[in-house]
Amino acid sequence: MSQQDFLRRLPEAGRSLGSRARLQQRLHIDFTLLFLLLGVACYGLVVLYSANGQSLPGVQRQGIYFLVALGAMLVAAQVPPHLLRRLAPWLYLGGVVLLALVLWMGIGAMGAQRWLGIGGFRFQPSEVMKLATPIMASAYLGQRFLPPRFKQVLVTLGLVTLPALLIIQQPDLGTALLVASSGLVVLFFAGLSWRYIIVSAVVLLASIWPFWTFVMQDYQRQRVLTLLNPEQDSLGAGWNIIQSKTAIGSGGYSGKGWLQGTQSQLDFLPEGHTDFIIAVLGEEFGLLGVLLLLGLYVLIIIRGMLIAQRAQDSFGRLLAASITFTFFVYVFVNAGMVSGMLPVVGVPLPLVSQGGTAIVTLMAGFGILMSIATERRRVTRQE
Amino acid sequence: MSEHQRFKDHHREARITSSRLVITSVIMAVMVALLVFRYYTLQVVHHEDYATRSDRNRVHVQPVPPTRGLIYDRDGELLADNRPSYTLSIIRERVEDMDETIRLLRSLVSIPQSDLEKFYDQLQQWRRPFEAIPLRFGLTEEEIARLAVNEYRLEGVEVNAQLVRHYPKGALFAHVLGYVGRISQADLAQFDEDQHKRYSGTHSIGKSGLEKQYEPLLLGEVGTQNVETNARGRVLRVLDRTDPKPGEDLYLHLDAHLQSVAVEALGDYRGSVVAMDVKSGGVLAAVSTPSFDPNLFVTGISFRDYRRLNQSLDLPMFNRFLQGQYPPGSTVKPVIGLAGLHYEVIEPSDTVRDPGYYRLPGDDRLYRDWKRRGHGNKVDLEQAISESCDVYFYDLGHKMGIDPMHEFGTGFGLGSRTGVDIPSERSGLWPSREWKRNNRGLPWFPGDNLNAAIGQGFSLTTPMQLAQMTTTLASRGRRLRPQMVRQIGEQTVEPEVEEVLNVSEENWDHVLDAMEAVMHGQRGTARRAAHGADYRMAGKTGTAQVVAIPQGEEYDSEALQERQRDHALFVGFAPVDDPQIAVAVVVENGESGSGVAAPVARQVFDAYLNKRLELELGEAL
Repeated sequence: MSQQDFLRRLPEAGRSLGSRARLQQRLHIDFTLLFLLLGVACYGLVVLYSANGQSLPGVQRQGIYFLVALGAMLVAAQVPPHLLRRLAPWLYLGGVVLLALVLWMGIGAMGAQRWLGIGGFRFQPSEVMKLATPIMASAYLGQRFLPPRFKQVLVTLGLVTLPALLIIQQPDLGTALLVASSGLVVLFFAGLSWRYIIVSAVVLLASIWPFWTFVMQDYQRQRVLTLLNPEQDSLGAGWNIIQSKTAIGSGGYSGKGWLQGTQSQLDFLPEGHTDFIIAVLGEEFGLLGVLLLLGLYVLIIIRGMLIAQRAQDSFGRLLAASITFTFFVYVFVNAGMVSGMLPVVGVPLPLVSQGGTAIVTLMAGFGILMSIATERRRVTRQE
Repeated sequence: MSEHQRFKDHHREARITSSRLVITSVIMAVMVALLVFRYYTLQVVHHEDYATRSDRNRVHVQPVPPTRGLIYDRDGELLADNRPSYTLSIIRERVEDMDETIRLLRSLVSIPQSDLEKFYDQLQQWRRPFEAIPLRFGLTEEEIARLAVNEYRLEGVEVNAQLVRHYPKGALFAHVLGYVGRISQADLAQFDEDQHKRYSGTHSIGKSGLEKQYEPLLLGEVGTQNVETNARGRVLRVLDRTDPKPGEDLYLHLDAHLQSVAVEALGDYRGSVVAMDVKSGGVLAAVSTPSFDPNLFVTGISFRDYRRLNQSLDLPMFNRFLQGQYPPGSTVKPVIGLAGLHYEVIEPSDTVRDPGYYRLPGDDRLYRDWKRRGHGNKVDLEQAISESCDVYFYDLGHKMGIDPMHEFGTGFGLGSRTGVDIPSERSGLWPSREWKRNNRGLPWFPGDNLNAAIGQGFSLTTPMQLAQMTTTLASRGRRLRPQMVRQIGEQTVEPEVEEVLNVSEENWDHVLDAMEAVMHGQRGTARRAAHGADYRMAGKTGTAQVVAIPQGEEYDSEALQERQRDHALFVGFAPVDDPQIAVAVVVENGESGSGVAAPVARQVFDAYLNKRLELELGEAL
C-alpha cells in the first residue's frame, strides 16, 4: 500500500470550477497552453516556408510532424500523474536498456550512433531519456521527504549520470548535457541545500584552470577557443555565425518583410531551416518579430511555472518545473547561439526548427504538463 | 525508522518548491532580458553595419580574368594567341543534386572521364562560394544549342565564353613556347595568398617553356566587378568594374621561317638544331624533333593522348636542345686547339705523326684515330682541325693535361647552364680532376686526358651549350647568354655578355682559319656541305659514340641497333668575315657529322643569309 493513499491534500488546491474548467478537467487539456503552443507552431511554419526556399512540401511535412506531436501530447495528457509516477522506474530502465542497445547495435550516421532500427522504423532512445530522466528523478525525490538528504542527493546524481554517460558514448555531448540538466534541476526544485550548490559550483570553477592547463591537449584547447570565439575561423565554423548575425542585424526594427530576406533567400545562411531559423525570422520580421516569438515563449514558460506551482503533490511540482525549465534552456541556448552570444552547439529552436522526433518529445512533455494541470482534485473544496 | 513514521508535510514541501520556482523565474527573467538586449543591440544599435554587410553579400565581387599576353616571332608572326572558347561550368551552391545534374549533362554533351575527374577534384577544394567550376572546354555550336534548349532543367549550369590559349603553329614551337594547362592541385598547393587572388577567374597556368618562364608577365593583373545578383544568382547588372590589365606581349628573337627550315632539314631524324644571332645572343631557331602538339594540353590532355606521348620511344616530350646531353665529340677540338695555343703548349707549326693510333708512354693500350691509316706523318694544327685528326689531339691532351683544358672550356660555357630563358635546362658535364674524385672516387688518369681532348669520355653538352660555344668562337671570345625574348611589351631586352675571353687575335686567326678549312679546304671534312655557297662559312663536324667500343673489335654499324649508332654533330657559323649566325646541330644516331649534320646547318645558313640579303636588297630599292 502506498503512502500516497493516506496523504492530506493542499487546502488551496481545490478551487471553484467554471464550465470551461470542467471541460478542461474532463479532456485533460490546458487550453491556455494549447493555444500558445499552436500559436508558436503556426508562426514557425510561416517562417519555415520562407527558410525552406518557399517550398511547400517541406512545410507540409513539418505540419504533419506537428499533428503527430499533437497526438502524442493528447495521449500523454491522458496518463494520470500517479500512474506516470508508478511507471517511472520501468520507463527509465527501458530507456537505459535502449541506450545500451544503441551503443551495441545502433545505426550510425555521420560518425555517431544515435538511432535504433526496429522493423524499418528508426528512433532515438536519447529522446526518450529527455523525459524519462526528469520523470524518474521527480518520482524518486517526490516520494521522499524534502529537502533531500545527502544519500538521496547521491542516488539522484547516479540516476542522472548513467543515461548522460551512455549518451556521451554515442557521442552526443549536447543531448547528454540537456538530459543531465533536466534531471539536476529536479534536485534544485526539491530544495537542494544551498551549501551543496555553492560547494559544487566552487569546485567546478576551481577545477577549470588545472584541467585547462594540465589535462587538455593543444588541439583540444584550440577547439574550445573556436567554440567560444567562432569569428576567428571566418571560413569554417565562423562562417555560420557571421552570416546569421548579419541576417539578424540587417533585419533591423521591423525586418525586410516575409520572403524578402536576402541572406536567407540567397542561401548565405546555412542551416536556415533547422538550428538557425531564428536568424531568418530576425531578418524578415525584425526585432518586432523576434519579440513576438520570445513573448509567446515567455507566456508558455509562465504557464508552465504556474502549473508547477499549483500541482497537487511534490512529484507533479518537480516534474512540471523541470519540463518547463528545460524548455526555457532550449529557447535561451538556441537564440543565444544564433545571435553569437553563446558558443554554437546543436540545439534546435523548440516548435519552430524543422525536425520530427524532437517536436514529438517536446509535445509529449507538454502533454505531461497538462496531465499534471488537470489532475482530478482529490481534496474537498474549501470555500 | 522514525522518518517513515512521519507524515509528509505538504505545506512545507510546497513552500520549498515555490521559493525555488520564484528564484528560477527571476533567473529566467534576467536571461530573457539579456536575449532581448542582445537582439536589440544587433538589430537596432548595429543595424547599419549589418545592413551594409548584407548588401555586400547580395552584391558579389567577381574576378575578371586578364587576357594572357601574346607571343610573336621576330617578324611579328603570331606564335601563341587566345581564342574564344565556350566552357561549360557548374556553380556548386546552386545545384541540388550534383550526380543527377552530371548525368543529365552527359546525356546532352560528351564529357570525357578525365574532365570529370578534374571537375570532382576541384569540387573537393573549398573555393569562394558561388564560383563557377569548369567541367568541359571547347563546346561546339551544336552542343551549346542543346544545352540552351534544356536550360530549364539545368539549375546552376552555365555556358560562358572564355579566351583559351591557342598555338597556331602547333608542334613547331612546342619545346620553345611550352604550353599552358589547367591549374592543378599541385600548383594550388604552392600558391601564396597573392597568387590565389591573381588567379581567381583564371583557369590555366604556364606549365613549361616560355609560358612557364614568363608566367607572371604573361598573366597580367586580375580585374574585379561588382555585380548584383537576384535570388537565383543570375547577374542582374554590373555595378562597377575595375578592368583587368592584360599580360605583356613577348617578341622573340626566334625566326619562324628558319625554325621550319631546320625542322624540314632534320627530316625523320631525331635531333636538335639551335641557331644563335652572333651579335646579340638571340636564339633564332631552337628545334627538338620529334615534337608534339601543345594545343592538346591547354584544356587538359586526355589520358590516351598523354600515354601515347609519354610512352613513345622517340620521346617527343623530351626537350633535346635543353635537356639532351650528348658527348660533344670532335666539335670541341677548336676549343682544345685554341687552349693549346693560348697556354703555349703548342705552336701552330708543330706537327705530330699519325700512324692511325696513339699510345701513351709505358702503356700498351692503343687509342685509335677515326681514320684507320692515319692522317700522315706531319699533321699540324690546321690539318688536325680541318680533317679532325684524333691522334694530334691525343698528343695535345697528353701534353696539356686536364686542368688547362677544364679551365679554358669553362670560359666557353661548357659544363654549366647557359642561362637561356627557358626553364629546366641541364648543365652538361665538363670534367675536371676534382669532379672525378668527388663523383667517381677515382684519380684523374692519363688516358682521361686523351678522351677529354676529343670530346669523349665524361664530357657531355647540350645543343644550347654547343650553340653558345660556337657563338663565342665566331665572336672571338664574347660569350653571350642565349636569349629567347627580344622585347617584353614596350621594353627591349638588352644582350647580356657573360664573359670576354682574353685570347690573342693571332691565336683566334689560326683556329678560325682551320674551321673555315673544314668547310672550304681541299680535304675539309664538311667540304661537301659547303659546296656551291656564295658566302664563306666555318665549322666543325663531330660524331659521338653512343656505346663504348670494346677493345680489339671493329666498329660495325650494321651489327648495332639503329638506336645505338653514333650521334652526328656539327657546329658552325657564317659568314666568316662578319659572323651573323652560329648553328649547332645534333642528329641522334645520324652516324656522320659531315654527311648528316653539316647539311642541316647549311640549309639553316642559306635560309637565314638569303632572307637577310633579300631584306637588305628590299631596303636598297
